[in-house]
Amino acid sequence: MQKISVLLFLVWVSFLFYAGIALFTSGFLLTRLELTNHSSCQEPPGPGPLPWKRQGEPRACWMAPRFSRVVLVLIDALRFDFAQPQRSHIPGKPSVSLPFLGKLHSLQRILEIQPHHARLYQSKADPPTTTMQRLKALTTGSLPTFIDAGSNFASYAIVEDNLIKQLASTGRRVVFMGDDTWKDLFPGAFSQAFFFPSFNVKDLHTVDNGILEHLYPTMDSGEWDALIAHFLGVDHCGHKHGPHHPEMAKKLSQMDQVIQGVVERLENDTLLVVIGDHGMTKSGDHGGDSELEISAALFLYSPTALFRRAPPEEPEVVPQINLVPTLALLLGLPIPFGNIGEVMTELFSEVEDLQPHSSTLAQASALHLNAQQVSRFLHTYSAAAQDLQVEELHRLRNLFSKASADYQQLLQSPQRAEAALQTVIAELQQFLRGVRAMCIDSWARFSLVRMAGGAALLAAGCFLCLLISQWATSPDFYLCPLLLVSMAWGLAGVAVCVGLLATTELKLDPVVLGAMAAMGSLLHFLWKAWPSWGSKRPLAALLPTPGPVLFLLLIRFAAFFSDSFVVAEARATHFLLCSLILLLLAQLHWEGKLLPPKLLTVPRLGFSSPAGPIPQHNGMHVLGLGVGLLLCIRLAGLFHRCPEETPACHSSPWLSPLASMVGGRAKNLWYGACVGALVALSAAVRLWLHHYGNLKSPEPPVLFVRWGLPLMVLGTAAYWALASGADEAPPRLQALVAGASVVLPRAVAALATSGLLLLLWRPVTVLAKATMGAPRTRTILTPFSGPPTSQADLDYVVPQIYRHMQEEFRGRLERTKCQGPLTLAACQLGNVYSAAMVTALTLLAFPLLLLHAERISLVFLLLFLQSFLLLHLLAAGIPISTPGPFTVPWQAVSAWALMASQTFYSTGHQPVFPTIHWHAAFVGFPEGHGSSTWLPALLVGANTFASHLLYAVGCPLLLFWPFLCESQGSQKRRQPPGNEAEARVGPEEEEEPLMEMRLWNAPHHFSVALLQLGLKYLFVLGIQILACALAASILRRHLMVWKVFAPKFIFEAMSFIVSSVGLFLGLSLVMRVDGAVSSWSRQLVLAQHR
Amino acid sequence: MSAGPFQIATQEYTMKNTDIKRLLYTHLLCIFSIILSIFIPSFFLDNFSVLETHLTWLCICSVFVTAVNLVLYLVVKPNTSTKRSSSHKVTRFLKCCIYFLMSCFLFHVIFVLYGAPLIELVLETFLFAVILSTFTTVPCLCLLGPNVKAWLRVFSRNGVTSIWENSLQITTISSFVGTWLGAFPIPLDWERPWQVWPISCTLGATFGYVAGLVISPLWIYWNRKQLTYKTN
Repeated sequence: MQKISVLLFLVWVSFLFYAGIALFTSGFLLTRLELTNHSSCQEPPGPGPLPWKRQGEPRACWMAPRFSRVVLVLIDALRFDFAQPQRSHIPGKPSVSLPFLGKLHSLQRILEIQPHHARLYQSKADPPTTTMQRLKALTTGSLPTFIDAGSNFASYAIVEDNLIKQLASTGRRVVFMGDDTWKDLFPGAFSQAFFFPSFNVKDLHTVDNGILEHLYPTMDSGEWDALIAHFLGVDHCGHKHGPHHPEMAKKLSQMDQVIQGVVERLENDTLLVVIGDHGMTKSGDHGGDSELEISAALFLYSPTALFRRAPPEEPEVVPQINLVPTLALLLGLPIPFGNIGEVMTELFSEVEDLQPHSSTLAQASALHLNAQQVSRFLHTYSAAAQDLQVEELHRLRNLFSKASADYQQLLQSPQRAEAALQTVIAELQQFLRGVRAMCIDSWARFSLVRMAGGAALLAAGCFLCLLISQWATSPDFYLCPLLLVSMAWGLAGVAVCVGLLATTELKLDPVVLGAMAAMGSLLHFLWKAWPSWGSKRPLAALLPTPGPVLFLLLIRFAAFFSDSFVVAEARATHFLLCSLILLLLAQLHWEGKLLPPKLLTVPRLGFSSPAGPIPQHNGMHVLGLGVGLLLCIRLAGLFHRCPEETPACHSSPWLSPLASMVGGRAKNLWYGACVGALVALSAAVRLWLHHYGNLKSPEPPVLFVRWGLPLMVLGTAAYWALASGADEAPPRLQALVAGASVVLPRAVAALATSGLLLLLWRPVTVLAKATMGAPRTRTILTPFSGPPTSQADLDYVVPQIYRHMQEEFRGRLERTKCQGPLTLAACQLGNVYSAAMVTALTLLAFPLLLLHAERISLVFLLLFLQSFLLLHLLAAGIPISTPGPFTVPWQAVSAWALMASQTFYSTGHQPVFPTIHWHAAFVGFPEGHGSSTWLPALLVGANTFASHLLYAVGCPLLLFWPFLCESQGSQKRRQPPGNEAEARVGPEEEEEPLMEMRLWNAPHHFSVALLQLGLKYLFVLGIQILACALAASILRRHLMVWKVFAPKFIFEAMSFIVSSVGLFLGLSLVMRVDGAVSSWSRQLVLAQHR
Repeated sequence: MSAGPFQIATQEYTMKNTDIKRLLYTHLLCIFSIILSIFIPSFFLDNFSVLETHLTWLCICSVFVTAVNLVLYLVVKPNTSTKRSSSHKVTRFLKCCIYFLMSCFLFHVIFVLYGAPLIELVLETFLFAVILSTFTTVPCLCLLGPNVKAWLRVFSRNGVTSIWENSLQITTISSFVGTWLGAFPIPLDWERPWQVWPISCTLGATFGYVAGLVISPLWIYWNRKQLTYKTN
């Protein structure tokens, strides 16, 4: 089997996963572009005179204010039926008494006594019904989606135009009290603020009591123009007890008293708004789009009469965001730029008509202003983003221009007919509702079909990985034809899809197209592959073995469905990794591989000799490896950043850059430690290469390791010194320091790149000259009658050459009485693959390290150390089957993937957006990047997914390491002479170990092993992304979906993509080395012919 | 002619059955001691409850289980095959104590490596190590003596030589598994008192131990036909 087809196959499998991820994402993560434009008082939203612009009105903007002050009482999760008046006079129907019904007596009383002063509405919130999104909607008038692609990703602060900003910019004093979410959303916007912590859902009273302490004194003081009180008790009560609990009755009664108290203190120029931001389900949760979640109460009251008509029998249903333009115009503010709500016309009617139709005219002018603003927004938005439907947009534009023309015409004509006015109002309303419907369609609706399709694709991809990884070892497995035909089917799928779309004249969506291609090829592949698998073997054979590893993988899968476990994933991964390591040790012991059989057998009992293989490793050695590994993992765990959901946890202080430290001495010590870690890292790599004799070679990559690595260490250390002490530099040197902090990181990155290129150019680091000096052809070619002509001959000859070279070396060493270790003789060919891998990983690690804070370098050192220990530990449990097939066991792959995600956390990352290390974008670019976005994105991405990248590139090491350890094992056995084991070792063991040349000897098995390794790694990553996708779709109504599950899905998807690309890079490197070894051996043979 | 081996087989069979019975009774006593440790202290101590005065309960439970194990060991004497020289009884006892302490420290280190806090809650972590040692090391010490080689033998494939060792294997492994499973509720946001470190783990260890005590006689009884021990 060709190695290139292995790579192609893995690319195809990854493509299936990518298509699944893209399809799921397009259905789940609704995106919207945030515009930063602002409405301003001076600039009307469109042409035409502003209505009712009276001279000398101080605070009139687009419209004269009707109220100068507003009290906004926001009761979190105040569902509509909580506030609904209870009509007890329905005959024949017993009044149901539920804890949440009819507790807000004051609303009912006001509605009965002052029907023209107050109105209750049923407001419909748009999903996602989570508090933060609702607050955003209630202030901006837009439809917030999960990802509001804006300029500022690092904080939650609202960048769009909003009511609070408008209030502040017109000089109103905004006083806030309550939920501290507002602090993040509107930093510095309030003239006075009392924030209370909102994270503890079990705490019903802290926020409410805190507000009550300040509410009435603040109201009485009069030092405010807008007063916002955000009560959380009802919401928390819902989460803790559910709405059907007596506690809810108490909480609602308390809210009733609050409203009563506020109403008593209102003055004539003040509007009271009582609103619930969303509802709650029967169990008290919210976040989704069920009827109970989206229905919220909205109550308006003013001490002066507000409405012409008495309230209707059944409260009117209004979209929640309609409050935004209404409030803006009532308070004489410009409507926020991005608002798509519609003014509630009822509130703009005069209570008594002074002129004929003046009331209707006022309504029409408010609506027209509103429509002008929405039209302006649509125009700006559709110019900046393309996600709105073009035809619908066009239709709406026409509608607006017609309505606007009608309105202007009406204003010009002296006699205004009521009927004409009504027509204009209806047209304007039609336009506004059309816009809203269009926006909802593209911004606020999950596409369940796409989500299901994406999840199904992911699941199918995982299944495929399992199937092929088990099947690949069987002799009747041929990849090429299967792959080619599948690709053809994929193309056929695309063609069918394009044809279908073309006939139905729908827009061509690349996501759907990709998914169709994936489906087409996958279905064909499974159809072909399944019968040949299923007829012979049971389904259970597919599952990862042994059982405990399967169990661990299941636990990891299940953990993604609990928000607590996702939040605590750093600890959970650590726990699982430790368990896996202990399990490996226990398993080794259980199978008698850990200790020599002498210890285990009780001679007195006459134990027979153990059935298992002879233990290759000293028990204490393996035990030491395990303990060292646990220690490394624990030490790496010290560098953790806390998720914000766990307030009791303290983030490690070591994650901050050294520049932020104050103590000079501690700073110097830390700096020393960091540089020490760098030196240790490069020294360890050199030592390792030296151990296997690679450093002797004059090849360019080796020279680079000898001289380039120290240079990189030097550059990094110098950069850190400058970065951490830049403020202390004397002013004369400031320019130099600034220049150096630009040049140094780039120089290190350039060095690393050149090193990698060198490695790709000459990957074989073999000391060929030494062998060429003493040709002894007769030992090499003895088994053959003629010169090697075919590939098969060649395959046989090279190991012999290799052995010969070793003999040569040993002979020379003995002659010169050299005391060097015997491994030196195990020439560089024995680890030709892993030497290239390790060199590449080191070269990759340095630039990545530079992107992190200084002290993370210790974690990188630990990363290399723990991978090294893990590889050794795993190698102890893997027997080498000489002719093949070679396999990498599941536990190795799972441990590797677990370690990648553990290192993600210990490098100070968390799967939420605010914790991304944004400073990485400025390493080497202290002045920023100007307008380019891909370079900072690349830098930040490299910082975030550094561990995934390194582990994925290093994945083939899992296959190579047991062969490397072979040499150590045999030497260990040889060292103590007269050992019992020595006697049993046959004469064939006297030969030097072939190590990785065993792989080269069996190219078919080598390819299969690489394929299997790649598929297993993709499977382990694939079930993680599958679990995230399933969790996000099943729990899309969950409280934490936008805070925990959705970010986790995004991070997991990104890490999957990075890991798969890393895997391709690693495999390509292996193939490059493989090709180079082949050509090198061919040259060698040719040289001997001459 | 053929009666001889048959008789021996039935003899072994009945021996095994009586052994299983003895095993069951001793295990029932051990379970009883744990139950006692929950109820007896409340007669002497005010405000005693397993969750609120957890550390006290840990100590008491540890003492009870150790005592019962020792008494049972002296009464039942399961390991008759091991030769014991009476002159070394004192050193043997001291050695056992040292082994016990060492296993406590070892468990403590493992917990810390697993992610337990290093400095805070040291006493809690250590007492957890003590109770786990009580469930695992003490039976080992009673049955096998301070002999690490024998321990390693029992906990490897085909290493057990009697039903006592077999039950020891089962109870010890189930204690570990219980402890391991006990760690799972810790991150959940249920805010129950038993989710605090290390209560869920100690409870898990206890449940695991009790489950092992119940399961092992049943399992041995179930598989009594398959089990053949190389006794001589």
